[in-house]
Amino acid sequence: MNGAVRQLIVYIAGGLGLVAITLFIGWWQVDGPGRAIDPYSVASQSLPLPFYEMNFQLTDHSGRTHPKDWIGRPTLVFFGFTYCPDVCPTTLSNISGWLEELGDKTSPIQAVFITVDPERDTVQVMADYVSNFHTAITGYSGSAGQTLKAAESFRVTYKRVTVDESYTMNHSASVFVYNANGEFVTTIDQHEPPGVAVQKIRRVL
Amino acid sequence: MFRTNQTALFVFIAIIAVLLTPAADVYASDLVVEKPWARASIGVSRPTAVYLTIRNGGAVTDVLTMVTTPAAGMAEVHKSEVKDGLARMSPAGNVEVSAGTTAILEPGGLHIMLMELKNPLKKGETISMTLHFENAGPVDVAVPVYGIAASGPKFSD
Repeated sequence: MNGAVRQLIVYIAGGLGLVAITLFIGWWQVDGPGRAIDPYSVASQSLPLPFYEMNFQLTDHSGRTHPKDWIGRPTLVFFGFTYCPDVCPTTLSNISGWLEELGDKTSPIQAVFITVDPERDTVQVMADYVSNFHTAITGYSGSAGQTLKAAESFRVTYKRVTVDESYTMNHSASVFVYNANGEFVTTIDQHEPPGVAVQKIRRVL
Repeated sequence: MFRTNQTALFVFIAIIAVLLTPAADVYASDLVVEKPWARASIGVSRPTAVYLTIRNGGAVTDVLTMVTTPAAGMAEVHKSEVKDGLARMSPAGNVEVSAGTTAILEPGGLHIMLMELKNPLKKGETISMTLHFENAGPVDVAVPVYGIAASGPKFSD
């Protein structure tokens, strides 16, 4: 009898020990020191920085720009590249449509188009490219390092993908909406209806 | 007698041929390609895209297997999609159009990517293009070129 009780206690203690070890291993792998270092998944959980906390420099047709220069006007930010035949012109076309729909109210809004392919998209290429769209859109290019810093500040990623002898870029698909204080407010995703997008932009006007 | 038989055989073959040929033709006309347009290109080194819809009013699935055009060295159906927040583009392979359905090639989704352009595509021009279908065979399409900022036939600039 005594022996049986002791055996039961041993079993229970053993079971609890197993549970504890399992929980510990789980914690170690997910939240503890043993977690996989994946900057993208970590980054995607946090919000894009406000412009005043960003630290990189890009260049547009009129010269060098620090994100702090964007403060003071509601701002839309989009990453892409000019060798992109579908998503990028479509998004810039959408942005142009939203700005037109907002009419006179758009005058304070600026739209920032940052290339993730600075190797091919020089400042001049970007300036020529955006001239096909709404005048409030400005194209920016930068060094490889500054481009990476810019993407990290917005918590986005991009990836070069080799196709035959050339390459294409995977890039974030969202448009970031910032208020005039330079603070991130929301994103507009690619397939959102124009009415929803315009409503989101109205929030920062 | 032998001669008559031979004639009868010829007539028989002719009837079969006539029966078969229109069947193929009717089938081809069951496919309707609508609303084609191309996005103007920047020079010749950057790829651009063609959009259109393929309506299959027939009773059998057809498959778009190849696209050719004198305007580009390479034309391929590609698909843009957003995965984990990243926009990516990859060859879409054959496009199946089941009976009674419409395949839609539109901005942000399926499109015909034109690479190795022979000349820049300029707004206002028209390029010719041939869609090759498994059953319907080649279908020629005249594709008007809209502006770079166009989003479809409704907003053509």
